[in-house]
Amino acid sequence: MKKYIVKRLGLALISLLLLSITIFLLMRITGDPAVLLAEPGASAADLDAIRQQFGLDRPLWTQYVSFLTHLLRGDFGQSFYYRTDVFELYLSRLPASLLLASAAMAFSLLVGIPTGIIAAVRVNQWWDSGGKIFALLGLSMPSFWVGLLMILFFSVYLGWLPSSGSGTVFHLVMPAISLGWLFAAVHMRLTRSSMLDVLGSEYVKLARLKGLPEALVISKHAFKNALIPVLTLAGINLVIMVNVAVVVETVFAWPGVGRLLYEGIAFRDFPVVQATVLLGGVMIVVVNLLVDILYAVIDPRIRYEG
Amino acid sequence: MSGPLLDVRHLSTHYVSARGTRVTRAVDDVSLVLDVGGTLGIVGESGSGKTTLALTLLRLLPPAARIVSGEIFFEGADLMKKSDGEIRRIRGKRIAMILQDPMMSLNPLFTVGDQVAEPIRVHEGASRGSAWNRATELLKSVRIAAPETRVREYPHQLSGGMRQRIVGAIAISCEPRILIADEPTTSLDLTIQAQYLKLLRDLQRDHNLALIFITHNLGIVAKMCDQVAVMYAGRLVEAGPVRQIYNAPAHPYTQALLESIPRVGDNRKRLTAIDGQPPDPAAPPPGCAFHPRCPKVMDRCRSEAPPEFRVADAQTSRCWLSDPTTR
Repeated sequence: MKKYIVKRLGLALISLLLLSITIFLLMRITGDPAVLLAEPGASAADLDAIRQQFGLDRPLWTQYVSFLTHLLRGDFGQSFYYRTDVFELYLSRLPASLLLASAAMAFSLLVGIPTGIIAAVRVNQWWDSGGKIFALLGLSMPSFWVGLLMILFFSVYLGWLPSSGSGTVFHLVMPAISLGWLFAAVHMRLTRSSMLDVLGSEYVKLARLKGLPEALVISKHAFKNALIPVLTLAGINLVIMVNVAVVVETVFAWPGVGRLLYEGIAFRDFPVVQATVLLGGVMIVVVNLLVDILYAVIDPRIRYEG
Repeated sequence: MSGPLLDVRHLSTHYVSARGTRVTRAVDDVSLVLDVGGTLGIVGESGSGKTTLALTLLRLLPPAARIVSGEIFFEGADLMKKSDGEIRRIRGKRIAMILQDPMMSLNPLFTVGDQVAEPIRVHEGASRGSAWNRATELLKSVRIAAPETRVREYPHQLSGGMRQRIVGAIAISCEPRILIADEPTTSLDLTIQAQYLKLLRDLQRDHNLALIFITHNLGIVAKMCDQVAVMYAGRLVEAGPVRQIYNAPAHPYTQALLESIPRVGDNRKRLTAIDGQPPDPAAPPPGCAFHPRCPKVMDRCRSEAPPEFRVADAQTSRCWLSDPTTR
């Protein structure tokens, strides 16, 4: 088990290294940050001075090596735009992102799991077809569009919910639903197929042969088994939510890391983008390990393998 | 109570495809009788409808299956007329069943004790503690060593033979009248198989169980059963007392099955096999379903399905050769 974890960590480090190279190079393709940082109509000398200040005049590979050596010391660099430590900037935005992702996850599970179970239990009936339509809508309607529709309906027409910003529960509702919408559909589909698998298993057959009421067969014997893959996916999705909330956070002006990434790209704030993307990568790696541990907690077959 | 424990009359179960265009007669006009404490073997090739017949008796069929006709008298009352709730209270309590694959029959996420105690709690309303004690005793009665420890373990911690015996313990937990065992030994190796068969026989004697033994193994039937019913393409082609049928099989299919059993000291170089394949259950041949493979086929067999003829006392055969008017 230990050997397995060490091996997994090694592989994770290699992918993070590749990710750092990719994001480092891609950012530099977007253009020259000095142009955005200088006053309009600044002279070529001024621009050179700015480039020199941020070390952008050095060859690419020196810049990368310097970035990497600072990174190994835990230093993500200074933001070009905010002139503060990037990691501190990131940490200041993270709670808002986690709050949004948690709310979106709660929404997606509360909607996805029950509808998935009903669709599996009433397979090929009215409920199942309804669920399929819902899943199709969930997968095909982009989150920003859902967000804009909700703003139009609930903020502009009805005036029930604030269209942007943060601070109260009401501010959280629409961003959470637009971010959770797609995931509700994903979780519903997985719950349905996982439940169908389990319902066809021998132990569910035996549970019925024992004469258990159907409600108990489903809630006890089928549900817990069907939940394992859904929880795995949900754990990974929580981290993905933090990292794909860019569009939703921008639409609703939600002050999370997604918005920070958006600003970073818009201002060509290289350190901000590099840090946001890399930290997102680290989170995904960590959550994958955590999910494996959670698996072992639910499933005694893994727990006892030692 | 007078009369047999189980009396099945003209039972038919069909599988209907989603559009209703394909109808498979998995169980076709089957009648059989089981006495208190009796043992009935149901023999047939894969796909002959044995398992569907067993599940029909418990009315626990997949959604595509329909019980088209027939009556199932259990202790004098027709199970077909019972409500879903009533039939559920019979399942596991009055009629229990052991499934084909014991290795997969236990839920991996619950302890053995929980799963053995479950029917006791549901059917008898026993408390958690007393059901747990009963579960421990049941493990002892199926000869599991250290039942107090095993009862707290999970299925994956046990061997295949042990799991199979636990499935047996679940089946007898509520003292059922009938135990249906659907090929319970196919996944076990031979020595464990013998032990398990002995266990089933002991349980039968101790609890005065009636046993329905579904198998494709005629040797097991000879050892375990007093009555045998041979199924082919959804129909019972021959039925009667085991000794009578093994000595004087009336149906050519039964004869062929008996001839294909390898025997010790047999001098023939090759095993005898039945030529051809079992028919597609969705499109059985006209007339007698066995006629394309039958060595004694006659013209009449190709067009007309034979009814059930009484060959001898308590022995029936669905073959024109058994027709008393032509014999």
